Amino acid sequence: MNVLVVLPSVLTVPHLEVIAAARTLGSVTALVVGDPDLAMLARHGVPRVLVPEMPPTTEPAAVADAAVAAVEASRPDAVLLVSSFAGKAVAGRLAVLLDCGAVTDVTGLRVEDGVVVASKPVLQGSWATECAVTRGPAVIAVRPTAFEAREEPGGTPEVVTLPVTPGAAARAVTVEAREARPASGRPPLEEARVVVAGGRGTDGDFTLVEELADALGGAVGATRVATDEGWIDHAAQIGQTGVTISPRLYVGLGISGAIHHTAALQGAETIVVVNSDPDARIFGMADFGVVGDLREVLPTAIAALRGT
Amino acid sequence: MAGGRLVRGEDDVLNELDEYAVEAAVALAESLGGTVTAVTMGPSDADDALRRALQMGADDALHVADDALAGADVGVTARVLAAAVRHLEEGGPIDLVVTGMATMDSLTSMLPDALAAALGLPALTLAAEVECDGTRARITRTIGDHTEVLSAPLPLLLSVTDQANEPRIPNFAAMKAARRRTVRTVGLAALGLDDVRPATAVLTAVPRPPRAPGTIISDTGDGGARLAAFLRERLA
Repeated sequence: MNVLVVLPSVLTVPHLEVIAAARTLGSVTALVVGDPDLAMLARHGVPRVLVPEMPPTTEPAAVADAAVAAVEASRPDAVLLVSSFAGKAVAGRLAVLLDCGAVTDVTGLRVEDGVVVASKPVLQGSWATECAVTRGPAVIAVRPTAFEAREEPGGTPEVVTLPVTPGAAARAVTVEAREARPASGRPPLEEARVVVAGGRGTDGDFTLVEELADALGGAVGATRVATDEGWIDHAAQIGQTGVTISPRLYVGLGISGAIHHTAALQGAETIVVVNSDPDARIFGMADFGVVGDLREVLPTAIAALRGT
Repeated sequence: MAGGRLVRGEDDVLNELDEYAVEAAVALAESLGGTVTAVTMGPSDADDALRRALQMGADDALHVADDALAGADVGVTARVLAAAVRHLEEGGPIDLVVTGMATMDSLTSMLPDALAAALGLPALTLAAEVECDGTRARITRTIGDHTEVLSAPLPLLLSVTDQANEPRIPNFAAMKAARRRTVRTVGLAALGLDDVRPATAVLTAVPRPPRAPGTIISDTGDGGARLAAFLRERLA
């Protein structure tokens, strides 16, 4: 099976996970919109790289136009990308432009009689489904942390340039400003293996949430209440209108467990909760929970974790 | 908006996120002039979603209902909604197609971009702030670890997040006015569509086993130490 992986120039862990997922299906070609990191691609077993001749962009419309050109050039059976907001946007466009099937939030992949079958959790993670792409190429947006990145050192990839003219709709969008948010030094929420989140029970003070996250090497998240109150940046929101996470370990602090929030953390392997309200709904899904005051429980826990 | 109209698309019930789209469309029509048509596709109970949109200030509503739409995937949904927009354009040009940010059921956020691709329109998606002067729209959004300001000329597709506005709660007068407005229902044939075979098929759907009950302790002084011990064990 031939697989095309859609990547940006700067590769992060989720991109390497998608490359690993692609390698389980067959031979991999990467489309890199921008300047390709050939050393990293070689280390992860990518033998062939398509580079579109167009200005570097992250705009889904332009990336999708480049991906259509790459599909025409390499005729893949599957197109893989990261299931981020931007990746899902590109996937939706490809479903229309290539008249094919697209599946997002994919956590598992297999091939049955030449047909790509994707596993994905639905309905707030309460159901596990398998979805076959009956009309290809199969466009698959892979959820971060679902696959393990794996090095497979190979030679320097062959680079093929691809003439691409983004469509009029893509060119009509002007990026007037683009600013990276200040780096926190913590892993991005979507791809973090450990997430510590705070809610109403923090009363607006995220110091202990951040200290515990740092002691565990994790990312900091929050509920909608906390972001709406302005206690922490909106980008930290875990929920149906925020980020969906699937960490190995989730720690919820002062969080009641509204469905808006818990729907987005069903992918968490282990759930740990501290809340002063013993009736908080989130205790129902906890592997380990402490009924207690955050200000009493956390300083001891943080000190103990730092001491190791 | 110069005799134009605003159309919003959505699928299935008017979920919480779609209310932000209706609010954005109605507010823009109020400030710039023009009308709002609410559009949905789905089974007959999707009608309730359109009623809600009418109560919030939409001028009329179009419901695409057809038995052939069962099992519609993102590609089919986008093509059908695009055909509905084209159908509405027979009555005059449409300046803005406004959608919510995702469907609540499977958190699929593919639709706004898929619809923009099907219509061949520029897309300004995931807007947390929207400005529009009637010829051009500008949005601010946070996507991944970047904050961006984007703009494009009308006509275009706009998708809004729950940060974009505060959806109005219809008052009695608005509810009463909505009762006088009608929901038009059309099938696929009226939109000139016949082949709407989805490109994906759900093979299996099984409920996940509930999580095994966990250990819940009350802090009697050693809660912090026991928490640290559990976390250390799980990270080992």
